[in-house]
Amino acid sequence: MKRTTVLVMVGAIVIFGISWVLKSMSLTSTTDHYIAKGFAITFAAFLTLCIFSFLYKDNPFYKFAEHLFVGVSAAFWMSMGFWSTIVGNLIPRVSETLSNYFKVPYHPESYNPFYFLPVFLGILLLLRLSRKVGWVSRWPLAFIVGTTAGFNFIRYLRSDFIEQVSATFVPLLVDWQGIGHFFSNLSLSSTGQFVAMLSNWVIFFGVLCGIIYFFFSKEHKGVFGGASKIGIWILMITFGASFGYTVMGRISLLVGRITFLFKDWLSLIS
Amino acid sequence: MRLLIHTTLFLSVFIFIGSSRIFSVEPSPQVQADTLVNTADTVGVSVAPVTSLLVDDYKYDNGEQLNLSWVPSIDDQLIDGKVSVYRVYRITNDSTRELIAELPPGSNSFTDKNLNRHDTYRYIVAAVSASDDEVLSTTTEPVQPQREWINFRRGYLFLLALIIGGAVIYYIQSARRGKKLFVRKIAGLEAVDEAIGRATEMGRPILYIPGILDMDDVQTLAAITILGRVAHQIADYDTKIRMPVSRSLVMTAARETIKTAYQTAGRPDQYSDDMVSYVTDEQFGYVAAVDGIMVREKPATVFLLGAFFAESLILAETGNSIGAIQIAGTARPAQLPFFIAACDFTLIGEELFAASAYLSGEPKALGSLKGQDVGKAIAMIVILVGVIAVTIGNAWDVKFMNDVKDMLTTIFSTQ
Repeated sequence: MKRTTVLVMVGAIVIFGISWVLKSMSLTSTTDHYIAKGFAITFAAFLTLCIFSFLYKDNPFYKFAEHLFVGVSAAFWMSMGFWSTIVGNLIPRVSETLSNYFKVPYHPESYNPFYFLPVFLGILLLLRLSRKVGWVSRWPLAFIVGTTAGFNFIRYLRSDFIEQVSATFVPLLVDWQGIGHFFSNLSLSSTGQFVAMLSNWVIFFGVLCGIIYFFFSKEHKGVFGGASKIGIWILMITFGASFGYTVMGRISLLVGRITFLFKDWLSLIS
Repeated sequence: MRLLIHTTLFLSVFIFIGSSRIFSVEPSPQVQADTLVNTADTVGVSVAPVTSLLVDDYKYDNGEQLNLSWVPSIDDQLIDGKVSVYRVYRITNDSTRELIAELPPGSNSFTDKNLNRHDTYRYIVAAVSASDDEVLSTTTEPVQPQREWINFRRGYLFLLALIIGGAVIYYIQSARRGKKLFVRKIAGLEAVDEAIGRATEMGRPILYIPGILDMDDVQTLAAITILGRVAHQIADYDTKIRMPVSRSLVMTAARETIKTAYQTAGRPDQYSDDMVSYVTDEQFGYVAAVDGIMVREKPATVFLLGAFFAESLILAETGNSIGAIQIAGTARPAQLPFFIAACDFTLIGEELFAASAYLSGEPKALGSLKGQDVGKAIAMIVILVGVIAVTIGNAWDVKFMNDVKDMLTTIFSTQ
């Protein structure tokens, strides 16, 4: 390890220690467990800064935070999977003995022999650990993929096809009382006839051109190609608006982290 | 032959059981309460009771609902009405009655939900006067909610599924018979060969990220399908692939896919389980690990295909910072802008699902893609006709156009 790296790490440990002591001292009047609380806040701030250090370049502090995060979260989700799915959902429905063992309320009224099917498929999945019968683990996988495809076919047919088509049945002439009336009452008010009509025209042509862009069976040339280009332009404008909207959301996440550093850790803002 | 006989017998029994379930004539659960005979439950006679109380099964559900309807009290008038509220009571099996709803004057129906189809239910509807005197109707006969196996309300949905499914099968068969099916060029996929070739020339690995959702998401399925084709080419070029995943099932499926691709390419000995590694289910823990892999191993090509959320820009920006060629694709509209901004090629929405067919050129996949195009053609025609009908119907009140509009609205109803 380079001397500079060692010096930086020692410096960081010293700063961490000082911060812990100062934070604990500042918490003595507010909580009994001020040393533990002080450590928790200082460590959270330290990890936050470790992750932010990636903006400079990959470094040992980032690696430490990354490996800690991955290790702790992998163990957490493993534990959650067992306690929420198997102990929380399965055992109370199938076995009184095991329910008593794990101290969870038994629900005999919810018993259903079909619950053993996922148990069986789960065991088959684990068989891939065996070299001899590992091929059996493909069956539950095929079951998952097949049922997913089947379920989603109807779900997407309804939500992405039928609902979208019926939502596009919009009148291109809104409150129509003749061309003379339209021009004599022309207004750019957001609740006016012109804006309502313009909005419906955009929806109609936008959807139609968008579908044409995603039509793969025909070369995009001529009128079809023109419509396809309009389709991709409409998509890009939509993405642009979505980009700005989402970036604003991300900024609020950054503000949250900075607030934590300056308020909870450094107590610079009240 | 034996298999055929067994299959036929099994199907016959299955169809017989199914049809007897569907077409069996069961006594109608509809019961009319005899309101004229029973007046003994009347507590205080200040308003007339509701009459013709009917309870019948809610059609096409899982046996969880019953419909009640009645003729309101004759004292329930719009002007100077004496009824202040209707109270609906339920008697489950032989238990005591319980109040389940209070309805405003003018009500003449109610749907009782979240019932158990193994229990029997009886109902009473009370008309309540302003002085809180209840006048009860007679109690209905016991009724059990019935479960229906087929929801006939979704007949049009079934028809559409049949047309699109039929088109897929037709085009698959056409392709198998040797008919050449045309698919237009997709820019992002044209770059796949080039991207893998670049990684081979540079001697660097290819990083493949299949999103952060499990195998029950279609985008993950699409990513794994594309992986089969990409892995085949990687095996051909003898390049390295690195695939960190956030779900254990995706790891299993990806390993199987890459293994099969290496076997098909004639290089089974080059395959290793280490090509695919599980990281963690935690979204940002996974992102931290993938970012670390990117900056340390510096892959020449990064594939970001599947379902992505807030991590999309973090991954794409890190990939961009190391100078990798990035091919991204997702069907999540909120994440597409980030991929378009930070990646070299982006598969937008359905292009991701078309990619596997496009890359493989297999009859089954191409037929499926063409079948979906039939669905899109139907959508375009229906939208065109629907918009014309709604516009003319609304603007000039043309009966024919209004009828067309009503017909299309019924067919494309989501109920």
